[in-house]
Amino acid sequence: MTLKLPIYMDNHSTTPVDPRVLEAMLPYFTKTFGNAASRTHSFGWEAEAAVEAARDTIAELIGAESGKEITFTSGATESDNLAIKGVAEYYGGKGKHIITTTIEHKAVLDTCKRLEKQGFSVTYLPVGTDGIVDPAAIEAAITDQTILVSVMLANNEMGAIQPLEAIGKITRAKGVLLHSDAVQGIGKTPFSVKTMNVDLASITAHKMYGPKGVGCLYVRRSKPRVRLMAQMDGGGHERGNRSGTLNVPGIVGFAKAAELMLREGAAENARILALRERLHRGILAKTDEVILNGHPERRLPGNLNLSFAFVEGESLMMAIKDVAVSSGSACTSASLEPSYVLRSMGLEETLAHSSIRFGIGRFNTEEEIDYVAELVSSKVNKLRSISPLYEMHKDGIDLNSVQWAAH
Amino acid sequence: MAYSEKVIEHYENPRNVGTLDKDDPNVGTGLVGAPACGDVMRLQIKVGEDGVIQEAKFKTFGCGSAIASSSLATEWITGKTVDEAATIQNSQIAEELSLPPVKIHCSVLAEDAIKSAIADFKQKRAARKALEG
Ligand SMILES: Cc1ncc(COP(=O)(O)O)c(C=O)c1O
Repeated sequence: MTLKLPIYMDNHSTTPVDPRVLEAMLPYFTKTFGNAASRTHSFGWEAEAAVEAARDTIAELIGAESGKEITFTSGATESDNLAIKGVAEYYGGKGKHIITTTIEHKAVLDTCKRLEKQGFSVTYLPVGTDGIVDPAAIEAAITDQTILVSVMLANNEMGAIQPLEAIGKITRAKGVLLHSDAVQGIGKTPFSVKTMNVDLASITAHKMYGPKGVGCLYVRRSKPRVRLMAQMDGGGHERGNRSGTLNVPGIVGFAKAAELMLREGAAENARILALRERLHRGILAKTDEVILNGHPERRLPGNLNLSFAFVEGESLMMAIKDVAVSSGSACTSASLEPSYVLRSMGLEETLAHSSIRFGIGRFNTEEEIDYVAELVSSKVNKLRSISPLYEMHKDGIDLNSVQWAAH
Repeated sequence: MAYSEKVIEHYENPRNVGTLDKDDPNVGTGLVGAPACGDVMRLQIKVGEDGVIQEAKFKTFGCGSAIASSSLATEWITGKTVDEAATIQNSQIAEELSLPPVKIHCSVLAEDAIKSAIADFKQKRAARKALEG
């Protein structure tokens, strides 16, 4: 097999649609194209049957009791908004305090910020240097005003898997609802709303080899029955939780992706983990001063987030332009601030600027891994040869003792 | 982000990478930026008795545009007198490299690096003149 460029290694950002998923979706565009809400003819019934089957498959993937607990949405951004705003609006009379973490996706953080403007108070708990939140800190933060705790399953930048089972024990005992943005972890690390006592969970299809623009919110129906205030008014679809004609082909693709995860996930994760370890070893064999960001074991199998000291992340991405990865460097964002996730783990800003996220997925090969390891090592060494910081470091200068002229 | 051809060209073939002896009385060194901000440039000049920059070297920690800006700066100042070099504006660098607005700070840093190297050199030469009396 010959290596094809460019290589896609940014699977936390999105994943390609699996050809088997696409195949399952196609008939639902042109043949079984009915509106799942049409009750008067077979076109509608067939579409509805496909949607109901999809709910059951997705429910099975996350350990839900029933497909009735799945509310389809346009993706996880919508699911996060619906979960947090929907709970806040419904239970706001009971209390106005929400707890989350500093490493959540913006869909959670910015939703919480908006609620703060509406009179809610939000506690943003920090994580340890390993990127993991301490369940005891959550327990300590809960007050009689707390209505919701929102903690992601796994982080999208540095892959750290959060202790949801321990958190769920606490929230259940205290009678507080638990929401999890489970986007990055679904199919990749064990997740069960049942054993983890999760009450609401956001999922999106495009991070698991399904199509973009479709996702769901799991909403627990018993013990406790979770109620939401809908955020979209209209025809009252999805048991009133989310109005709008369902994206039937998308939902069918989402379910097919879920079915593939159920069937093949375990073997796939073992293979991807081996690839990640191979990439890590390959880079370390030829490059020194490389820091692994996030917990070494409690992390997503496909996630390798490394800081290459003395090299700026964007310049490294430019050097490996045939490999699609991402960086926590400020230069990749308009804000000139390096990754808030890495900084909230206490990583020095310089190292945050030097970070690269490799996201290995279903379609990456060993050959690609070896190519990337070799390329990254050689480019890091080349960029270090033009880095004043590396030269100063080699001359024994402590970079923290230098008086930098900040600009 | 798409880079201009000139940025890519300088990034791939940076001119005048290297280090001059900072203790040489004819060498001026400018070190600007901060690691925490994501870019640091070190620009050095070697100046003849006639005040002409004979050699310029740089090393840069920063994005591709920062590397290209400093590479271009060394190219432009070589052969100029220190006073001529001091008139180079960041806007000229930004224009030559077609830097987008978010990268203008890279050209600002390059201008600062030139000025800082010249200031260091002038200070050294003044100190030497004072010693010679
Ligand atoms: C953790 C996390 N939450 C939410 C989202 C948003 O998902 P979507 O693109 O489906 O809106 C993403 C992906 O960008 C994510 O990584």
